[in-house]
Parts: sequence; structure tokens; C-alpha cells
Amino acid sequence: MIRAVLVMNTQGKPRLAKFYEFLPVEKQQEIIRNVFAVLCSRPEHVSNFVDAESFFGPDARLVYKHLATLYFVFIFDGSENELAMLDLIQVFVETLDKCFRNVCELDVVFNYSKMHTILDEIIFGGQVLETSSTEVMKAVEEISKLDAASSAINLVPKSVSSWRSR
Amino acid sequence: MAGSSSSIMDNLFQRTLDDLIKSMRLQLLNESTFISKSIEDIRREIKSTDPQTKSTALQKLTYLSAIHGVDMSWASFHVVEVMSSSLFSHKRIGYHAASISFHDSTPVLLLITNQLRKDLSSTNHFHASLALHCLSTIATLDLSRDLTPDLFNLLSSSRVFIRNKAIAVVLRVFDKYPDAVRVCFKRLVENLESSDPHVVTAVIGVFCELSSKDPRPYLQLAPEFHRILVNSKNNWILIKVLKIFARLAPLEPRLGKKIVEPICEHIRRSGAKSLVFECVRIVITSLSDHESAVKLAVSKIRELLVDQDPNLRYLGLHALSVAAPKHLWAVLENKDAVIKSLDDEDSNIKIESLRLLMAMVSESNVVEISRVLLNYALKSDPEFCNEILGSVLTTCGRNDYEIIVDFDWYVSLLGEMATIPHCQKDEEIENQLIDIGMRVKDARLQLVRVARDLLIDPALLGNVYLHRILCAAAWVAGEYVQLVRNPLELIDALVQPRTNLLPPSIRAVYINSVLKVLSFCLDCYLDQDEGTASSYCCNLAGEQSEMFLVKTHTEAPELVATTREGSNYEQDEGFNPRNTTIESSDDLSDENDTDRVVTLLSMKNFTHESVVSLLNRIELIFSSLTANQDVEVLERARNIFAFVQLVKAEIIDNSGQNVDKKYTQVSAVIKSIRDAFSMELGPVSISAQGRVAVPDGLVLNENLDDLKAICGDIELPSSSSFYTGGPQFGTASDASSSNLLKNDESGPSNESTSLLEHRKRHGLYYLASDKSETVPNDYPPANDPKANSNINDEADALAKLTEQSLLLKKRTNQMKPRPVVVKLDDGDAAPIPDKRPEPINDSLSGAIKDVLGSEANLSVSRSNPLDKSSTKRKGKKKLGTDLPSEMKENLGDAEKPDPENPNPSSKSKERRRRGKEKIVEGEEPEQRGKKKSSHRHGRHKTHQRANSPLNVVSQAPVIPDFLL
Repeated sequence: MIRAVLVMNTQGKPRLAKFYEFLPVEKQQEIIRNVFAVLCSRPEHVSNFVDAESFFGPDARLVYKHLATLYFVFIFDGSENELAMLDLIQVFVETLDKCFRNVCELDVVFNYSKMHTILDEIIFGGQVLETSSTEVMKAVEEISKLDAASSAINLVPKSVSSWRSR
Repeated sequence: MAGSSSSIMDNLFQRTLDDLIKSMRLQLLNESTFISKSIEDIRREIKSTDPQTKSTALQKLTYLSAIHGVDMSWASFHVVEVMSSSLFSHKRIGYHAASISFHDSTPVLLLITNQLRKDLSSTNHFHASLALHCLSTIATLDLSRDLTPDLFNLLSSSRVFIRNKAIAVVLRVFDKYPDAVRVCFKRLVENLESSDPHVVTAVIGVFCELSSKDPRPYLQLAPEFHRILVNSKNNWILIKVLKIFARLAPLEPRLGKKIVEPICEHIRRSGAKSLVFECVRIVITSLSDHESAVKLAVSKIRELLVDQDPNLRYLGLHALSVAAPKHLWAVLENKDAVIKSLDDEDSNIKIESLRLLMAMVSESNVVEISRVLLNYALKSDPEFCNEILGSVLTTCGRNDYEIIVDFDWYVSLLGEMATIPHCQKDEEIENQLIDIGMRVKDARLQLVRVARDLLIDPALLGNVYLHRILCAAAWVAGEYVQLVRNPLELIDALVQPRTNLLPPSIRAVYINSVLKVLSFCLDCYLDQDEGTASSYCCNLAGEQSEMFLVKTHTEAPELVATTREGSNYEQDEGFNPRNTTIESSDDLSDENDTDRVVTLLSMKNFTHESVVSLLNRIELIFSSLTANQDVEVLERARNIFAFVQLVKAEIIDNSGQNVDKKYTQVSAVIKSIRDAFSMELGPVSISAQGRVAVPDGLVLNENLDDLKAICGDIELPSSSSFYTGGPQFGTASDASSSNLLKNDESGPSNESTSLLEHRKRHGLYYLASDKSETVPNDYPPANDPKANSNINDEADALAKLTEQSLLLKKRTNQMKPRPVVVKLDDGDAAPIPDKRPEPINDSLSGAIKDVLGSEANLSVSRSNPLDKSSTKRKGKKKLGTDLPSEMKENLGDAEKPDPENPNPSSKSKERRRRGKEKIVEGEEPEQRGKKKSSHRHGRHKTHQRANSPLNVVSQAPVIPDFLL
């Protein structure tokens, strides 16, 4: 199964962290730091696999993709295929791209909740359930609609907040 | 009033998550102060009665927790409140917060069961989806038990969106509450036949995870998996099915034959690299008996090895190293690619290629490969350099240097490794130097030469990573001093000023070696003076620069040696158990004496003047050491100092009158010291200590407790020592000699206790139980400018490597017979703990076995091959009578678990039919066996097998002959 999905920027700031088994927050932060330390020491154009046993227990592997200013990292165990995980990162990024039209780091920063919605449609409890970005987009759009519909009732704070943020 | 107005204000002016992120990005101040301020706001807002304010606060908190590692366990009750909101947007925030912050011991989990149940059965499938997501990460035993019926319903939901999520949740539920298997397993298996690939993906994923814990119960589902393997077009599903088969195939030999063809087909046809790689992996791990498949797989690996993509090259090498133990030919066939990869810029690839290279090492090519690797190590970065050295050391040292024929070469190689600038493998090199000294008699001469070269170089003393190696070198030089070419030079090396850079524990070893060398020199001097032929006298009064025959003691190593093992650098002649065995070893030496040719250039240069100046020098140097802070160094220095003073007085007195025999007193002292050092040390069995009987009335633990109480406040350096027990030794050396004699008669109790303590303090020279321990690399890399000079250039090394490293050349030194390597009968390596996990026979597997009708108890099961006909018959029988009571509780008639497994030969149509007549398999195996017998005939090919239950493979439970 997939143990964790991390997105962090090239400075090591986490942008998304999803662990499929409960870990105390301190441990999560430590893992993020360790992963970044390994990733930033790797040159460009080398293989995308890293042995993750040292920071994620036995049988843990890590695959990452470096895109623009972001690292996309999947940590998984022996029940997953390495190349398939690499493809899955591609699926995830493609979906983000469709969702945000040319996704960039800022989209990831400001859409915490949407990122999770997308990820949840692809990976469920550590298992890959959907690998088609079109299907994922459909579900995400429906969820967003439902979300908007249910929060539209509370108009006042919504408008105030949007006014404040301008 | 104030409360409500503040809540309105909160509501109006609350920052949303977006606001929080924006202001955090604008924040020029400290991020952590900003976060703690935000948390303050959140703590206030989350108590608000307004659900919008509350959920927004929770959302911000969740964000801070996930991204910035802020603790949110305090808010768990608020999470429950938000979860129970009827608004989807709030609910979503609540569920998300729960899934990232709840764990098994969160107290409020008890409160959410009903909420989850309500949402699971909600008509809005997005609500149900939220609840399923949350369950997939937080389900506990209680939640699983209470919600199993709801999940059961969702397993056949008409909405795929929900159904595949319910299927995936089952994994966690089974894990937490194995009894759920009895309820849900049947439906789970039914979903394998779904026409929707999403559902199949989910089910296969679940089985893949389940089989990773214990694959045995799922053997019965092999026909289903086989059908998917043959029919499915979805690569994700195929990969997972292959993962499952990789675990099943070793359990059931007949399975291999069935799956090998479809797998080869996938290898040939598929364009998806991931699928092909998975097929290759299963062939080399689980189907290695199928030669043609292995050949096909290896040809695919070769394609990977030359690919542009570093990922594929890495995976190719990885696959090769998986194949290496069983199919070394595959590695040898691809050796060029492997060697080329050693130069790759990717460290993953380099390390894999190094591993493969080490797998190829054999007696005939170890010299070339090591040479080339050492050249690589010289120009590599420190990390990879040590990786190389570590693998060379481990490979060469394996099984008592199994692959080493030419030890002179290997010892020199060790010396060379020590001087590589980045070398941090000091501990291993140290261990091997000493170990070879003790085990391989023929290597000692070279060992002493290498040790001398190391010791004599003052530059090496400044390198912390060399200290342990130097320690070994000093010990070797002292212990085998009779092989040293120039003892005087050696003493110079051992007392050179830079030795003060050494840590005290190692310095103590140096000092002890000085004593050994010094006593040897004096002994030779006296012998030559007196013209007596001692057994280790090397002086035959011949001319300079001539070859001398030197007789050395070469007693067969024996376990007796353990009794004196500890004293090898122990200065305290007061207790020297070594002497207890002198007599026996002398007897032995007569038989085992071998003549060795040693070039002795300066052996006879012990003129009176040289000896006197030597003594003066040592006296001078050691007088300064007698004020040393370290107890060990101090004591040893004092001993030498006193010894030298004693000897010097007499030697100077008698100058010029050496015709007479007047050194009687001195020579007696020197002889005893020499004797103490002259018996050979052998390797010590790791269990040797256990064989020393503890005398009556001696409670070892008690003594050691006392020890702690006595010196609890003294910080002992790791391997330096502090004498608390044992006779304290005076500085006068006559006292020492008399002590020595006295001690010979002392009882064994003295020996064994002091040995124990000694072992405790000086683990160093006992054979280590774990030699492969790696050294922490906390220190800056060592730098030895000298060693840089012999770096070959890269191209040169590579060319050399490709040309010669792997050729099985006949080398001249192979003609030399391999020297004897002393091995202990019981082996001296620590027993390697069996790393293979015990087959997990947990409740989950048990439940699944029950449900699948497989035998719960393996031993019984073996004699009861399951047979389709029998189970079918049972299926038709009334349910429940044979059910274990707990099962009855869980099962309504509507929920009859599990299906017997389909028969392999059956076509899918038949399978579907059978799927509908699911049956309960709760019967006791014995009963089943009985019933079966009458129904077995002719229905299946299996019956023959069933008739001879004894020939069944012992590990695998017998399964129906579904695939044959």
C-alpha cells in the first residue's frame, strides 16, 4: 500500500502531507525533513527511487518527481510497483493541472482542501482506486458543487471574507 | 449577551483559511509566533456556537497541523461536533480533521459510531464517501465491529463510487476486527467477478494487501486470480494480481506451471514497462524453475540495463541482484553493463552495480575485482568509497576468508585500504587484521610488514579513522615480533612523539607492544651473548645480511589459549594465566615446529651499545609517561619504566665482561616475560566463555554489582580499563616474576573471574560477535595527503576493469596452496538470527481460512485435501449445525460466508453458478475428511492426490487441484 504522499517545495517547505497510517505530528515533520534532506542532495536526471527504509521502516520505498519548484513524493511498500507509482504521480499532477489550469506552486499553497479532495479520489486509505484523471475531475467537480451549495447558505461571512482578502 | 455578540464579531471578522495562508506568506516576522497567535484565535473561535465559525476554525487548525506540525489533539471533541453538522461543507472539514488527527486511543472515537453509521447509510453518496474515507484511516476494533453490517450492505452497492470504497475499507476492518471476515468475505470475493474494472481494482488491491501478511489462505482463490491474469486488460489490476501470485507460487508448486505462460505472454506483448517489470520480477523471484521464462525475463532485464532512462537502468540492476543468488549466469552475461554502471552519476545505480559486482566475486577473480574497486574508491565521494570498502571487506571476510587464497595479497590490500583518504571502515579492518593474525599462520610475516608500514608513518597518527587500525597494527607487531625485520625501528615507531595523538586505550596497546618488542630484543641480546640456543633465538652468529633460519613456535591453536587471551596486552604480570599452559604448549611445539625463512637484517645488531642506548631512550620516554592521566597508560608506562631500570642497571654493570655468564638474574626476568608473551593466540570461540565453569560459591552478578557501586562515579572510557580486581602489581620486577610464579598455582576461580572482567573491559581483542557493525560517520572525512598520490585516473581504471577484472585468469599465486585458516569446530560467528518472519497465524488468517473452508489447523489439514465434491455436499447440508458458536452469533442465514473455491477447470459460467451456492465451511476438518471419501470418486483428478495425503508438500496446505 501507499504509506504517505508528500508535496514539498525545493526549499523543503511542505505543501501537502498525507499519511495513511496515524503518525504523531512531530514524527511527520521529522519524516518530511528527512525526505527533503535526501531529495535535495540528489542531482537532476538521476533515477527517481530512494530507499526509504531508514526513515519509514522496513520495506519502505520512495519515488519522487521534481517538477518546477515542487517535489512530489510517494512512499509505499512492496505491494506496489515502482514504475506504477511513478505513473501515479503523473496522474496526480495531470489532475492538478486540469483542475488549476497550469498548476503552479501557488495553486497548491492556496488550495489545501481541494488538493486533499483530489488526492482522496485517487488514493483511498493507501490504496489506488482511480487512475484516470478525467474520472477524478468529475468527482472533484461534483464535490465542489456540493460544497458550494451547502456553504452558500451562510452568505455574510463568505462575502466579508472575500472582501477582506481583496 | 456579551457572548453572543462576540460570536457575531468572530463570525464577521474571522479569518478564513485563505486569509491565514495569505497573512502567513506576508508575515515578515517569525513564523512560529504567527502560528501560536493563530492558534490562540482558533482556540477562541472553535468554541463558538456558530457552526460556520467553528468549522472554519477547525479547517485552519487542520491545515496548521498537517503542514506545520501543530498539535491538534486537544480539539478532538470539536472535530466530532463539526462532523455531525448536516452541511456537507462542514461535514467534509470535520471528517478530514478526524482522519488526520484521530488514532486508536483518541477517547472521543466512542462518540462517532452513530454519526458514521448515519452517514454510511445516507442517500447522498458523497456523505457515505466521506465516512468511508474517514474509516479507512481511523477504524478501530469497536468501530469495525459496530459498522460491519453497514459495510456489508455497501459492498454490493449499486454505485461503483461507493462500492469500491467500501471494498477498500474492508482491509482495515479485517485488520482490526478479524471476525468481520465471516460476514464480509463472501461479498468481497463476489466482487472479483464484477465487470467494472474499478471494483476489481479495489478487490485485487485488498487481496494483495491481505496476502502480504499471510498468503496461505488465498491459495484457494487462485483460479479467480488466474482468470483475471488471463483476461484483464487493466495494467493496474494485472500488476496487483502478479504481486499476489508472487506470494502464492512458492506455496504451491503446481501453480507455477499454470501462470508462467500468461506471464510470458504479458512480457512479450505488453507495452507498459511497469507491467513488464512486474512480470520479470515474479519470474525471477517465484518462477525460477521455469527456464525459458527466466531466459525471457533476463533478456528483458538486458533491455532495461541499456535504456536511456535511469529509472529503468536502476530497476534492471535491481532485478539482476534479485536474480543473482539463483541465476548468477544472468549477472555474468550482463557484466559489461554492470561495470559500466559503476561509473554512473546516480548513486542508486552505483550501489546496485557494486552489489552485483560483489555477487560475481569468486576465488579466481577476487584479486582483480578488489584492485579495480579500490581504484574506484580512491576517486569516489566519501560515502560511496566506504560503501565499496565495506562490501570488499564483507565479501572477502565471509566464511573465514573463504574466497581468499593469497593472504599476503589480502593483508597488503587491508593495509592499502587503511590509507585511502576517506576510509572509515576502521573497525572492520582492525578486526580482520587481528583475526587473520590469529587464524592464518602463513600470513603473519606479511601482516607484520604491513603493520610496520602503518606504524612507521607519523602522518597516519593524525587521522582519527586510522586509530583503531593502528591499534591492530601495534598489537600484531608486538605479538609476532619474532617476524619483525627490524625491532629497533619498530620501537621507534611505537614511541614516536605523535603517539600522544592516540586515545589512551590505544596508546596502552602501543605501550604493551613496546614491552613485547623490548623483551624480545633483550632476550636475543642475552642469547647471543651467552651463545645459548633458545627455542626462539634467531641469532646463529652468522654474517650480516644473510638469510637465517628461524624457528618459531607454532603451537597448534587450542582452546586452552582462551585462558590467556585476555592478557595479550595486559601488562600486569601479577596475574597471567598464560603461564598455566606454557608447559603443554612446549610439548606441542616440538611436534609442530616449522622452519621459516626470515630475512633478518638487523637481528644481530644488538651490540651492547645499541641495547644500552635503547634502554636509555625508553627510560627517558616512559619517565614522562609515568605522569599520564589515564590509568591504563600510566600503569603500563610505569611497568616498563621499572623493568628498564632494573635491566639497565645490570647490563651496564656488566659491560665489557660479557664472557662470563652474569646476567642470570636479568635473564630470568626477561625469560619469564618472554615466555609470557610467546605462546600463540588462537581464535576464540564465541561460546568459549560459557564453557568456563563457574566455581562454587562464586556469584558473578553479585560481584559485578559491587563493581558498579565501587566505581559508579568513575567514567570509564569505552575500552580503556581501570583495575579494581586482580592483584595490584608493584613496580619492582622481581616482585612481578615471583608474582607470576605464584599465580601459576592459583585456582581457576581467579582466572575465570578476571577473564570475565577482562572481557568486559577489553572487548577489543575478543572476537567480536558482530563484525559487520558499521562505524558511525560523525567525524569529518579523514584526510591523508600521502595516499592521494596513487590515484589512477578514471578512464584507466575503467579500461583496466573491463579488460581484466572478470577474466578467469590463472594467476601465479593460485599455484600456491591456500594456507590453513584456523576454524573452530563449532564456528565462532554469532548465530545469525533467523530473519524470516514466522508465518503469521493470526486471527485474521485464521478467520479467512475458516471462511474459505481451508483447514484451520495445518497439521490436520495436510491429511485433508479439500475436495470440491465434498464441500459441495456439505454446502447442501443444513447450515449451522457444525458452526462454531461465535460464528452462529455473527451470521444470519442471509450472511453465509464464504464460498468454496471455484474449481479451476470450470469455465466462468460454472463459476458464477457456484458462486451463488455459497456454503459455510465451519466444520471440523476430521469430519470433512470422512465425508469426503465417499464422494471423491472420479469427479476430479484430485482424488489420487487425496488418496495419498502423505506426499503433500509439507509447508503448503493442500488445496484443490484447481489448476491442473
